[in-house]
Amino acid sequence: MSSDNTRTTKHGAEIESTQEARLGEGVDSRFNSTLREAFGSTPFILTKFDQFMNWVRGSSMFMLQFGIACCSIEMIHTYAIKHDLDRFGAGVPRASPRQADVIIVPGTIVSKFAPRMKRVYDQMPEPKFVVSMGSCTISGGPFQEGYNVVKGAEEVIPVDIHVPGCPPRPEALIYGVAKLQERIANGESAPVTVKPYELEQFGDLEQDELVDKLADQIDEEDLVMRYNWSDSP
Amino acid sequence: MSLEEPDDPLATRDVGVTEEGVDYDALADLLGDTVIDRESHVNAEGFVVRPDEVQDALFALRDEAGFDHCACVTAQDYDDRYESIYHLRKYDDPTQEVSVVVPSPKSDPVSQTAEPVYRTADWHEREAYDLVGIDYEGHPDMRRILLPETWQGHPLSQDFSGEEPQVVTLREHANPLADDKRSEDDPDTMFINIGPHHPATHGVLHVETVLDGEQIAHVEPDIGYLHRCEEQMCQQGTYRHQIMPYPDRWDYVSAGILNEWAYARAAEDLADIEVPEYAQVIRTMSAEMSRIAAHMLALGTFALDVFGDFTAVFQYAFRDREVVQDLLEDLTGQRLMFNYLRLGGVAWDLPEPREEFFEKTRDFLDDMPEKLKEYHNLVTSNEIFQMRCVDTGILPPEEAKQYGATGPVARGSGIDYDLRRDDPYGYYSELDWDVVTEDGCDNYARVLCRMQEVEQSARIIEQCVDLLEDWPEDERDIQANVPRTLRPDPDTEIYRAVEAAKGELGIYIRSDGTDKPARFKIRSPCFSNLQTLPVMSEGEFVPDMIASLGSLDIVLGEVDR
Ligand code: SF4
Repeated sequence: MSSDNTRTTKHGAEIESTQEARLGEGVDSRFNSTLREAFGSTPFILTKFDQFMNWVRGSSMFMLQFGIACCSIEMIHTYAIKHDLDRFGAGVPRASPRQADVIIVPGTIVSKFAPRMKRVYDQMPEPKFVVSMGSCTISGGPFQEGYNVVKGAEEVIPVDIHVPGCPPRPEALIYGVAKLQERIANGESAPVTVKPYELEQFGDLEQDELVDKLADQIDEEDLVMRYNWSDSP
Repeated sequence: MSLEEPDDPLATRDVGVTEEGVDYDALADLLGDTVIDRESHVNAEGFVVRPDEVQDALFALRDEAGFDHCACVTAQDYDDRYESIYHLRKYDDPTQEVSVVVPSPKSDPVSQTAEPVYRTADWHEREAYDLVGIDYEGHPDMRRILLPETWQGHPLSQDFSGEEPQVVTLREHANPLADDKRSEDDPDTMFINIGPHHPATHGVLHVETVLDGEQIAHVEPDIGYLHRCEEQMCQQGTYRHQIMPYPDRWDYVSAGILNEWAYARAAEDLADIEVPEYAQVIRTMSAEMSRIAAHMLALGTFALDVFGDFTAVFQYAFRDREVVQDLLEDLTGQRLMFNYLRLGGVAWDLPEPREEFFEKTRDFLDDMPEKLKEYHNLVTSNEIFQMRCVDTGILPPEEAKQYGATGPVARGSGIDYDLRRDDPYGYYSELDWDVVTEDGCDNYARVLCRMQEVEQSARIIEQCVDLLEDWPEDERDIQANVPRTLRPDPDTEIYRAVEAAKGELGIYIRSDGTDKPARFKIRSPCFSNLQTLPVMSEGEFVPDMIASLGSLDIVLGEVDR
């Protein structure tokens, strides 16, 4: 719609509508994006639904707000100002495992915590991904020899990406998450790992001396996890 | 429980106090027959006390000689006996120390509990039972504290074998809603779990809470979800090199240098190492930088806990932490786990070009007042914040002392106790700064205390930078001469503490003539501070409990070790 009476400012310059001012002369450069060039003139993209879903999934990930030990401080720094993981579409942390699709495991896992972590992981909806952060989640790190320390997150839950370091710098964690996104976008699934520590009902454990000894302390239905420092790799 | 002060507090509490420190003979007279032997530790004399008269001895020391601070309880296992050591000192003058050593026989390791004398002994003795296996007679609640309840054996005793299999339960969390009613005579109470995976617990703390209506009827912190065997790790490492990396991981919110200093101080005094003055100044400066970073995190997460401020205060606090971390990275080479102190000095000199480092530090300090003003605007003068924090989480000073609270938690309750001034080390005594105390005893006072401490730390750093700038080039000794392998004399014992970000961080070391400590015990300030949580929150609402937890500023790495 055109109007005859163009308004002017006090200084005599013509006022354009905001839209006009923004577009400027000729075709907006936004319409000449590389995307446009790639697609040619058709505005349609043909792709497989699966691939599309993977791309979507990788581009918008909800992290679980989950802190364990020292690494979680660097993880917070990764979320916070300066490193700002959100720039990469890896979201702001969610407090509930039911809303999250990625869990970053930042720290040493000890025997008392392992069953709880397994529980939290189990509560996340599928598909779910795990980034393990720091040497502690690879092998137990500096505490590997501790009587109470689980030697790596992979003893308890499957892991997609390991980020080494003690602690890894925020940049390293961002790289790890970016790699995970890349993998998800490419539809690569997590490797199936051996999981020596599983939650079981106490009654289902194999009977041995220890189980007999604990029989009057633990109910048959209680969930338990076996822990054995010397037998794990 | 006996929390009452003696009737006339001024009258009878100075037995053994002299101009030159503690007169141990006077104390020996005071204790009389309960003492069976005397020992000499590097930091203080020790009295060996009969295991069935522990309370008599401790009551006498507390009420008549004024030892009102039970800093730590160390338990250990010798070839022929078990032993618990109560490290006592005074809030008014922490250089006055005494150790009470309680042996108990190998076959039947039982001694009398100290819990009626010092409430803080509750957890300390539970830990001793858990890790070493000493039983305390009369203890109100003797069970494991750090390890899972179904754990077999006591890992720091001599006959523990790590080869045994263990079974860990997931009981409490199986279904918290199934069993609402905990107590039979009061069926209205409801049990809820807070943690161990919960955004407001600052890590993996589990708070077992019983509610009566909306009020908290009973609260009990359940710890041990991050018990990483720090003491075992340190007992396996050599003094000179292998222990130093671990302190960084106790209190891991960038307070690494403060923790390293705790170990350095204890080991240097044990092995008689003199640290060059220049290194002391660098230590002081970097330690205070760590303190600023630690307090910033406390502030940011507290704002997040109390009024959900993820966007402003939290991010600002992290922005400022980044600046400090950059400085520390220039100095030490790492952002978080500095590993910078060495026995007898520091690892290396300031980074070249020095001017650039000084300039950066000065810039940071210059911005400080402006930033603090902003924080005060956003936080302490914020109405919501005040509503949440003023007069909630009250911790009266007598209770704080009973629980051995130190650091900003104690200072927020008006206890004027700061080891940097009262038990001087490093370069602090040469510098001009103040100890901050607040009388509010509430959550607000504790936060205020931290914010003012940041100011004081900035003052200290400034003076250190001035000193370092003018330090003559040929006197820049960063390291004393320390033998390649340290082997302190056998059976030397020491307890030494520094003022870490959360309070008194003490180390007890016993040497056995080898290059590794025979017993390495960490007195963690958070462990004692966390014990005050029930005092603060029983009778209040759950959100107030979360606020109290935030204002305690605990780090689980240090609570559980
Ligand atoms: S990898 Fe290092 S920094 Fe990370 S949790 Fe383990 S000890 Fe702490």
